Amino acid sequence: MRPIALLRAPLLAALSVAFGALAVVAGPAGAVEVERVESDRGVVAWLVRDETVPVTAIEFTFEEAGAVLDPAGKPGVANMLSGLLDEGAGDLDSQAFQQRLNDRSISLSFSAGRTDFSGSLYTLNRYRDEAVDLLRLALHEARFDEEPVARIRRQIEAGIRREATDPGALASEALMKTLFADHPYGRPVEGTLESVGAITAADLKAFQAAGLTRDRLHIGVVGAIAPEALKPILDAVFADLPESGPRPDVPAVEIDGPGGVVVIDQPVPQSTVLFAQRGLPIDHPDYYAAMVLNHMLGGGSFESTLVQEIRVKRGLAYSVYSFLHPMEKAALLRGGLATENARVGESIDLVRRVFADFQQDGVAPEKIADAKTYITGSYPLRFTNTSAIAGQLVAMQRYGFGIDYIDRRNSYVEAVTEEQVNRLAAELLTPEALTLVVVGRPDGVAATLPTPDGVGG
Amino acid sequence: MEHRPIRRHAARAHSHPFAARTFALLSALALAALLWLAAGAASAQVFDAREFTLDNELTVVVVENDRAPVATQLLMYKAGAMDEAPGKSGVAHVLEHMMFKGTREVGPGEFSALVSRHGGRDNAFTGHDYTGYFQTVAADRLEMVMRLEADRMRNLLLAPEHFEPELQVVLEERNQRVENEPAALLNEQAAPALYFNHPYGRPIIGWRHELSALTLPDLQAYYDAFYAPNNAVLVIVGDVEFAQVREWAMTYYGPIAPSEIAPRPGWREPPHLADRTVALRDERVRQPSWSLRKIAPSYGTDGAVPQVYALQILMDIVGGGPTSRLYRALVVEDALAVSAGGWYSANDRGPGTIGAYALPAEGRSLDEVEAAVRAVLQDVIENGVTEDEVARAVRRLQDSAATARDSLMGPAQVIARGLTIGLSLEEIETWPERIGAVTPDQVNEAARAVLGAQGEVTTRLLPAAETAALQTSEEPS
Repeated sequence: MRPIALLRAPLLAALSVAFGALAVVAGPAGAVEVERVESDRGVVAWLVRDETVPVTAIEFTFEEAGAVLDPAGKPGVANMLSGLLDEGAGDLDSQAFQQRLNDRSISLSFSAGRTDFSGSLYTLNRYRDEAVDLLRLALHEARFDEEPVARIRRQIEAGIRREATDPGALASEALMKTLFADHPYGRPVEGTLESVGAITAADLKAFQAAGLTRDRLHIGVVGAIAPEALKPILDAVFADLPESGPRPDVPAVEIDGPGGVVVIDQPVPQSTVLFAQRGLPIDHPDYYAAMVLNHMLGGGSFESTLVQEIRVKRGLAYSVYSFLHPMEKAALLRGGLATENARVGESIDLVRRVFADFQQDGVAPEKIADAKTYITGSYPLRFTNTSAIAGQLVAMQRYGFGIDYIDRRNSYVEAVTEEQVNRLAAELLTPEALTLVVVGRPDGVAATLPTPDGVGG
Repeated sequence: MEHRPIRRHAARAHSHPFAARTFALLSALALAALLWLAAGAASAQVFDAREFTLDNELTVVVVENDRAPVATQLLMYKAGAMDEAPGKSGVAHVLEHMMFKGTREVGPGEFSALVSRHGGRDNAFTGHDYTGYFQTVAADRLEMVMRLEADRMRNLLLAPEHFEPELQVVLEERNQRVENEPAALLNEQAAPALYFNHPYGRPIIGWRHELSALTLPDLQAYYDAFYAPNNAVLVIVGDVEFAQVREWAMTYYGPIAPSEIAPRPGWREPPHLADRTVALRDERVRQPSWSLRKIAPSYGTDGAVPQVYALQILMDIVGGGPTSRLYRALVVEDALAVSAGGWYSANDRGPGTIGAYALPAEGRSLDEVEAAVRAVLQDVIENGVTEDEVARAVRRLQDSAATARDSLMGPAQVIARGLTIGLSLEEIETWPERIGAVTPDQVNEAARAVLGAQGEVTTRLLPAAETAALQTSEEPS
């Protein structure tokens, strides 16, 4: 088990551009043609025809059918469902179902996030009929047999136990609980040992019926497939899903601190630090300016100020980043770093100072220009992989961006002005309101906020 | 097939906080996957790649793919951590970091800044066998990054004021990857037990005491010894034309004179006769794990011989995914483990590895999962696998090659890595045929010869002793 290779820049930095991904834009040169396909029974998908590789990718999302829809007092149902839809359906038991996938090299997976429930199918075109049939079975005739239910439960519980001492997982859980307390966003997506232990097949079926409904579905398809050939597939897989289901009751939250530091003791030489403050919702008029601002702050390139100040100049961390995290009912600007216990205080001070400098002094015009060039220029990099393109199509629908978004996207970034970015920096960035979580044994960093109940438990 | 880390199965059971945002994470995840990439992804004319060699012996490979107006350049040096001088572990990787600190013409940090300013992305990686540098850019910026990459092959300026903080960055990287991760600590300690003689026993990132003592002259010596056109492979994938790439390669890389590369030791392992156990107890461990590891043939040590392909098929059957023999027996049928599997790594300059692992379910001990894994392996060694299993595995592996062109970095990685460890482009391109030529008898012979060979390392990762007494009473204390 030798590691294959070490990367110069941490992948975390790439993750940090999370919503930067939406910034993807087809410039004129990109010319990705998106077609709206509506099946005979009214299922809508956005399609990009592409014959580069003999495969078809279908990505889809059920909005607000993620952990936010978990029943009261039972977090983890959405996540467990995502692990069980491909564990036996119709006449096929778990092993038979998995064998069919495996024999045909079909990738079928589901995942439950905080907000949405998503699925992904990737198949060679020569196995497409069988792949579509397996997807249909998974969505309509999942069996929830005793063996796979018990097995997936064991695996989820093992994951929860493992995360109880994993610095990154602990920090993330503590951050969300500190910011959101009893709000649904404060609940763990995977659930707790207690709640996962109590989930029944009936809970899973009830969740599926309530959450995986047509009214919340967004579908993206990429591959060598004509609209006429796609329509019967859409009908077969999606048309018979329930029309609609209950929406979760998630109140909107204004994030306003609490400014301060949570410290969670772990016997590790390096502390993991996460921080967050208020962000901007994805439909905010300043959202593109926020993307530009975040890029300069800590958004995934070596030129960002956090990377320059904390990594390049001082060698304090291998990994340091920031990213916009706009959720449906609350928007965050988040970030993180990891540094040896002795240097946590210095690193946190630097984060606060960088925020304060941006807030007070704004940013040099040439940096804003560079950030815009990067965000617009890197557009086509997102269109080099079938599933990634399909994922873009889903996101565009999920957030109501319009079918010609790819052609318009760069113009929104181009339109961001220096004044707008500097005004936003002054209004948005509030170093004193940063909520920080430190997991480790940081020297000389005192907790000013309590560790939320149940973290790591 | 390459071994993938244990977390592969675990990942499917618990989702990342951002799992819903699959779309946004795809590129990052794809990149992660590629860096652990199986050369297994390779096929017959898998890539339709074309190759040429410059007068200075730089090998250049071009894969045309015009899906998006984008191109990837990957320059891979045939030098990695295994080529470090004794006592200088980590130097290959620290040098890789310092390659971004400027040349006579390009200022410190300016390489990445330029790429970024032009809407591109760049990164680099170091392995035991190789060191790679890559950029993905709009196709009309490819010429620029070829010029920049060629420049730093010869003109690197190593300055103390950049070295000191960067060494601290790498020490933090070591903290993050190793010291903070009990499983990684155990892997690091198990490597010297697996390799009696080969430098694969040393960690790529370096032992802490050697890493922190590295000096600029150490880096300079490594750079001078190995960074040369005749010790590198250049792969360009994307919306490019072969003739144009050749012209740019000649313009920018062509003028670099080849170096004399001193012959490197032909490291070989002596016969492995003894069994070794490496156990680590750590209070942070909540999920114990067990593994078995042996050295095996590889492309690098044995070439593209049938046994190397037979082993890929064997371990796909035994340990590849949720229908494999190990997963079925331990995780599904007996509910002993939450995860179990096996791997075979052939893509190495030095010895390959073969192995199996299991993570016991709550209330089950390492001894129980060990016995169960051994029973599965023993059955395969004694009774072999079936013709049907082989046929299915062959088709699966061949199918994987049909999707190998569904990215830019994937082909670049597979080709560069294959060439670096000594395969020819033809051998890389005809991987599906070679897989298809393997007979069930060859698979069973490989199982006996390699899985059944004497000498192995077992690893045991356990919670600290006090809690272990409660959870796994059968463990030796």
